[in-house]
Amino acid sequence: MILDWLLPLLLAIALGLMAIGAIRRVSLWRAGQAEPVNIITGLMAMPRRYLVDLHHVVARDKYMSNTHVATAGGFVLSLALIILVHLFGLDNQVLSWALLGATTLMFTGALFVFKRRTQPPQRLSKGPWMRLPKSLLVFAVTFFIVTLPAAGILPENFGGWVLAVLLTAGIIYGLGEMVFGMTWGGPMKHAFAGALHLAFHRRPERFDGGRSTGLKPVNLAADSLGVAKPKDFKWNQLLGFDACVQCGRCEAVCPAFAAGQPLNPKKLIQDMVVGLAGGTDAKYAGSPYPGVEVGQAQGSPEKIITEGLVKADTLWSCTTCRACVEECPMMIEHVDAIVDMRRFLTLEKGETPNKGAEVLENLIATDNPNGFDPQSRTNWAADQNLPLMAEVKEADVLFWVSDGAFDMRSQRILKAFVKVLKAANVNFAVLGDEERDSGDVARRLGDDATFQTLAKHNIDVMNQYRFKRIVTTDPHAFHVLKNEYGDFGGQYEVLHHTTFINELVKQGKLRLDQFKGGNVTYHDPCYLGRYNGEYDSPRELLKVLGIELKEMERSGYRSRCCGGGGGAPITDIPGERRIADMRMEDAKAVGAEVVAVGCQQCTAMLEGVVEPRPEIKDIAELVSEALIEEVH
Amino acid sequence: MLPDANSSNTPVSSGLKVAALVSVGQHPKSGRPRRADQDARAVEMGIRLCGEHLSLVHAGPEGKGDIREQALRQYLGMGIKGLTILHQQEGSDALPALASHFKDQGADIILAGMRAESGEASGMLPYLLADRLGWPIVSSVADIISINENDAEILQALPRGQRRKLRVSVPFVATVDQAAQIPRQIAFGPSQRGHLKGQESIDEIDQVKSDWEETPARKRPKRLNIKKAKSAADRFKAATAKPQGEGGKIMKDESSQEKAQAILDLLVSEGIVK
Ligand code: SF4
Ligand code: SF4
Repeated sequence: MILDWLLPLLLAIALGLMAIGAIRRVSLWRAGQAEPVNIITGLMAMPRRYLVDLHHVVARDKYMSNTHVATAGGFVLSLALIILVHLFGLDNQVLSWALLGATTLMFTGALFVFKRRTQPPQRLSKGPWMRLPKSLLVFAVTFFIVTLPAAGILPENFGGWVLAVLLTAGIIYGLGEMVFGMTWGGPMKHAFAGALHLAFHRRPERFDGGRSTGLKPVNLAADSLGVAKPKDFKWNQLLGFDACVQCGRCEAVCPAFAAGQPLNPKKLIQDMVVGLAGGTDAKYAGSPYPGVEVGQAQGSPEKIITEGLVKADTLWSCTTCRACVEECPMMIEHVDAIVDMRRFLTLEKGETPNKGAEVLENLIATDNPNGFDPQSRTNWAADQNLPLMAEVKEADVLFWVSDGAFDMRSQRILKAFVKVLKAANVNFAVLGDEERDSGDVARRLGDDATFQTLAKHNIDVMNQYRFKRIVTTDPHAFHVLKNEYGDFGGQYEVLHHTTFINELVKQGKLRLDQFKGGNVTYHDPCYLGRYNGEYDSPRELLKVLGIELKEMERSGYRSRCCGGGGGAPITDIPGERRIADMRMEDAKAVGAEVVAVGCQQCTAMLEGVVEPRPEIKDIAELVSEALIEEVH
Repeated sequence: MLPDANSSNTPVSSGLKVAALVSVGQHPKSGRPRRADQDARAVEMGIRLCGEHLSLVHAGPEGKGDIREQALRQYLGMGIKGLTILHQQEGSDALPALASHFKDQGADIILAGMRAESGEASGMLPYLLADRLGWPIVSSVADIISINENDAEILQALPRGQRRKLRVSVPFVATVDQAAQIPRQIAFGPSQRGHLKGQESIDEIDQVKSDWEETPARKRPKRLNIKKAKSAADRFKAATAKPQGEGGKIMKDESSQEKAQAILDLLVSEGIVK
């Protein structure tokens, strides 16, 4: 039969073209900047990262995770066996039967892919992705039939020439999509790039249940700062972009997208692919950036991204809430990419929009974003009689006050927390006027120079004193102190105040009354939850107060941002709605009368929503109101 | 790097040399050295006139690696590649150094802030410099509307948001204050890569200043002005009303001779000119 010699030939051609495509694709990634990775360890860890870590994320959508295991597992197995049986002609019944099994598995999986694609959710990209289930089916069916004679089920020359022609067509189509397409930019590219992306991920700490959320420092002595062109990304960031499956989960959770601001994380990653490969976004078949027409963007590895590929407004819309990263099954790092590009705009072009320039200038001149007199940082505590580190030199706890010190609403939270500290007889002290802004906002706005200056100053100051741990009511400062000062020599044990108060309660150091009020819901701050994995302490504390939480649909790791992170209120990119309003709708939907928060920025954003609306209370305030004070 | 240079509506005719005088400022709250706000506005105006061809001149101590250098570099962060420092010791008079620099190098327009943020901050320097160079000076410039080799059309800021259009012959000195465009953002990368060109220059001790004694200002209580206004419109009027000029006289049609005489008479009667 004609297939006897044609099939091995077609296989060899497809595999050969795949190899050429692979080399070409790798060279596109290698246009990026050097970044050392451990090749052997990475490749060895890859199967586990795929099976455990990636599936941990995919499994949030049970339907898709089972489907993917069947389809992908069936395909990988089939391809390996096809090479053995049909290319090398191993005449072994066991292998052939195994191949029949593998193609059946793949076929079953593909049926479910097909079913999902009959009514695809809005977030999925269409275009070539719509033909993928058919390609999967054709591939599975064709190779199933072709293998029947080898398995001894059918005679060699069954079917005649009509079937032979049909099978040949099926083989060419199937191999074209599944083998050739894998390295030449078809939808199957995700398998090739994805596997390598898992092996050479820039944040390998994220696997095995770890967490890695701190931004990487900029080398300020470099010739150009930040990412101007696609080739300025690290090579493994480019590789990461290429792994995107356009599933749109990131789009579905992005608060900026939902607010109608010109950002869609999926489109952004696809634009990065356009940039690394060169070309236009005309073939993109998913949701656009709200209000921006698809088809106008153009890029190449050598072209400045904000001059034609992505608008600066897109980059400035992001609240750095990390919802997209948390949700991405391919573990792509959107926030790193966005901040990298912001760095270029701020550090090289001086184009931070709206209040950005003013805030940065204030941070440089006064160490706080509003330009207040740095000598008035402790005025809020004039009546609090706080121990100053400069005087006591040593304390169990360093209370990091943060810039809330300058804001009247935040001062109420600070005072509530001080009351709790005093009630529990905690040995603590503050830095007072020696404290400076943590650098969070400067860093998210792309000004790593100012961030680094602030960080180094703060570290120098803290190094003069002795304390066991730092506690702060500000999740942004918490994150920066805990995860980003390490690169500059500041290693500390840092706790969020909810964690710390929870500890005090468990140690029996606080006597608390029951909360008497209406329905309460809890809003997870992004920088506490997704950035640092603290979801439990606030909830435990609220439970101790006798509160039965009305959880919002989006809570925990899926919490929706309040809109206050990443300098978004400063750059203030217009949309159709306000993110804070949407979050308040979430709270109203569960009938909340009080929204418990653990962040002064969230407080400010949510209190900015027009009344009538639930009351906003920091957990420190709820606890301090419930304190049963000993009467002596 | 400097997109606004083109979009500006004041195309500077080729060959015009524009310079901005820059000093080390002082933040009003923290007292930290920084780009002086008015000087930065002068630089902004210069950039809008001629992009990165604007030359920046500073007279003062060399100060390599200190916070003064970082403050000067902030001007470079606005997108200018180099800044000339006329070397002087602390406490020297900037005037002779600047005057001789511009006599040697020449310039068509010198832009400066109205007054420094530290030191004597008398606001006299631009006047004395214009006097030494024999050029006219225009103060409180809000915008330069048009310019050619011979003269420039200038919008001068007057109190309460009023503007006056002037024509002045080139070369001239112009000073800017709050009425001018706010300065663009400082970009860190260019600020660090820009070049500080040191130059020997005249180093005369500032006699007047050396006799001064500096002490921190004392906060004095402010007398609140109670306005009895019934409506918002009244309050607005009260806030924006021109103070009633007393004994003033507007001279429009008189000859220059008469106008000058009137000013001189006033100065004599006030005891300023003796
Ligand atoms: S970036 Fe991740 S979550 Fe977003 S579409 Fe691509 S694979 Fe899906
Ligand atoms: S970090 Fe948040 S705001 Fe930014 S792109 Fe991701 S989901 Fe959207």
